[in-house]
Amino acid sequence: MKLKTVILAGTALAFAGSSALATDLTLVSWGGAYQASQKNAYTDPYTAENPDITVIWDESSAEAVAKLRAMNEAGNITWDLVDVVASDAIRLCDEGLAMEINPDTDLDAAPDGTPASEDFGDLLVSECFIPQIVYSTTFGYRSDVEEWGGKEPTEICDIFDLETFPGKRSLEKRPINNVEWALLCDGVPKEEVYNVLETEEGQARAFAKLDTIKDNVVWWSAGAETPQLLADKEVVIGSTYNGRLFALIEEQKQPVKMLWDAQVFDLDGWIIPAGLPEDRLAEVKKLVKYATDTQRLADQAKYISYGPARKSSAPLVGKHATLGIDMAPHMPTDPNNAKNTFLYNYEWWADYRDDIDAKFQAWLSQ
Amino acid sequence: MSDTTDGQVLTTQDGKPLKAALANALRREKLRSLMLIAPLLIFVLITFVAPIADMLFRSVENGIVADTLPKTVVVLKEWDSGSGETPDEEVYAALYDDLVVAVDNKTHTRLGSRLNYEESGISSLFRKTGRRIKRMDEAGPFKDQFLAADKKWGDVETWQVLQRYSPRLTPGYFLNSFDAHQTAEGIELKPADQRIYMFLFGRTLFLSIVITVSCLLLGYPIAYLLAALPLRTSNLLMILVLLPFWTSLLVRTSAWKVLLQQQGVINDFLVWTGLIGDASRLVMINNQTGTIIAMTHILLPFMILPLYSVMKTISPSYVRAAKSLGANDWTAFWRVYFPQSVPGIGAGAVLVFILSIGYYITPELVGGTSGIFISNRIAYHISSSLNWGLAAALGTLLLVAVLMLFIVYDRIVGIDNVKLG
Repeated sequence: MKLKTVILAGTALAFAGSSALATDLTLVSWGGAYQASQKNAYTDPYTAENPDITVIWDESSAEAVAKLRAMNEAGNITWDLVDVVASDAIRLCDEGLAMEINPDTDLDAAPDGTPASEDFGDLLVSECFIPQIVYSTTFGYRSDVEEWGGKEPTEICDIFDLETFPGKRSLEKRPINNVEWALLCDGVPKEEVYNVLETEEGQARAFAKLDTIKDNVVWWSAGAETPQLLADKEVVIGSTYNGRLFALIEEQKQPVKMLWDAQVFDLDGWIIPAGLPEDRLAEVKKLVKYATDTQRLADQAKYISYGPARKSSAPLVGKHATLGIDMAPHMPTDPNNAKNTFLYNYEWWADYRDDIDAKFQAWLSQ
Repeated sequence: MSDTTDGQVLTTQDGKPLKAALANALRREKLRSLMLIAPLLIFVLITFVAPIADMLFRSVENGIVADTLPKTVVVLKEWDSGSGETPDEEVYAALYDDLVVAVDNKTHTRLGSRLNYEESGISSLFRKTGRRIKRMDEAGPFKDQFLAADKKWGDVETWQVLQRYSPRLTPGYFLNSFDAHQTAEGIELKPADQRIYMFLFGRTLFLSIVITVSCLLLGYPIAYLLAALPLRTSNLLMILVLLPFWTSLLVRTSAWKVLLQQQGVINDFLVWTGLIGDASRLVMINNQTGTIIAMTHILLPFMILPLYSVMKTISPSYVRAAKSLGANDWTAFWRVYFPQSVPGIGAGAVLVFILSIGYYITPELVGGTSGIFISNRIAYHISSSLNWGLAAALGTLLLVAVLMLFIVYDRIVGIDNVKLG
């Protein structure tokens, strides 16, 4: 009897103590090197300053949209801050699953006083989206292909040139980016791409261009596949996220080079799930404010080659934490790399994604 | 008992009729046994029956339009969609009233993404109009203001979609699963370049049958060996069967990648032996071949184990008897042994077939474009496009297909003929 009382009292005390002292925040990200860079740059310093906060990581970003919807229907949101790509953020915002934010009050101003809305600028693509990084989907190629006779691809349309650059290519198993590249190489001016793609003929044109290399394409669905395929010599050119290629080239020292042409800029950032209880929301907002300030975003670039989303962070980007090389030349935003970039049209894809995806899948299975 | 006479009711000691007392006791017993299985029953209902019922319902459920635009739906009913004219001012006014409420509740974008599954462009139409609605003049006229916000409000198609998807239940998702859609002229097949689901269903069935047959061909001799060999050797063999079974699915699938790819182990070996040239390396992965090989390997234990447990019970004396009566090896096997192993084949085949028809991860990894299943599209609609209604309709069709095959199987082979041991 006595023992029972002691145990009960102890448990009650422990519960009271934990709720008063420590807060668990569940952050959702992509795992791997990217999540590690967030942990190093954002949350480790934050928890060092705020010992009562515990951060729990969940590597579910790839299924975040579906899981958030399921949580919302079940009425139990267990995530506090979720890392998603911009197009998913737009969808979550549309579905009412993400909370709208006010950049100027919820986010820190730049050190020189520029409000966050200006510092992030155009990158605030949705009312719910808090940008972190700019990444790009671009190509890497093997620099030791004998059949190429010393030539190396220099522009995006070399992907479609099977005569000069024979060999297998890897492309992502979805229409986004691929149809744009196809039209660009079919002679459509950059600013016309989405207008052309809106028409049936334009879509047919894109697929016809992709048809020319279809037999030589390995389709990937996870970002890690292209680096693996390049390393195994299964493909000679492949598209993937620039950070993955950086790791392949600089960390694993593979004979692979980057092709910086018509690289497609995309964004990754945080959303706060809608419907968090007040106390948790307050803690999340504090963390987000800290994690997206100018210094923190610049710090992240020490660990991974993705560009910080704030203009004010760019001058603060330094050297890689372990390799000691300058990170600026490896950023997709670096002027040398960004000579010819392609802007991904989020609104357009939100409208046409279902339609073109159905056609793309039908085209693939033919 | 012996002293009972006609017309006299038998009673228990406390005077109740015996019949009623017996029924009472039986009922109590039944209730008690029901209580014993209650936890399991409730568990099955909550975790199995309810989610499936919910999924089936999602495939026709379409309350979102009527919930978000209640007034518009009512007045739009009167509009003649075949007239070629856009609805009149009354409908636009109702739309304004509904959208003001919807924008406050932030439900208009949700409706937009729902309707965008049917007509590309509606998603941004609702998002854009939602931003403009606050600036519209409350006094009207609304039609011009909506047209000024987005000219799509002047398209007959937009209103046709809205009217078609007004009812709370819709056949739309199922039509979509059959590669069909509703148009102003009625139900039609989609253009050829958008038909995909029926094709994928066909491929899923075909590949599942191929995988089941190859599992059977490979598994039968192994199961026979396992049952026939002395216990010590067969135990060792059994471990070899079970070891891959215990290995992670992803590890086994990735191992096949290493083996089968063009710069992989098998191709390297063939080139080294000179059987094929370096330029003509075999393509064995990222296509149907890859899916069939990897899935046959992964599902093989599900064929071997039921076969083995049935073969274990077949007495060797039957075959011996057949031989002593003059049958040769083949006749003894085919006429005596094989018929007795059919229940095991049935169990193994049903197990492998049903598992493979819903398989998802292996085709995704090694299937390339020609080796993916319908389940990959279902997964895409659940986790990526968020079109859960379509995913539910496709899932329902898959469930119906499996049940139908099960009935066919029952008619041909008989479900009583399935034995797991």
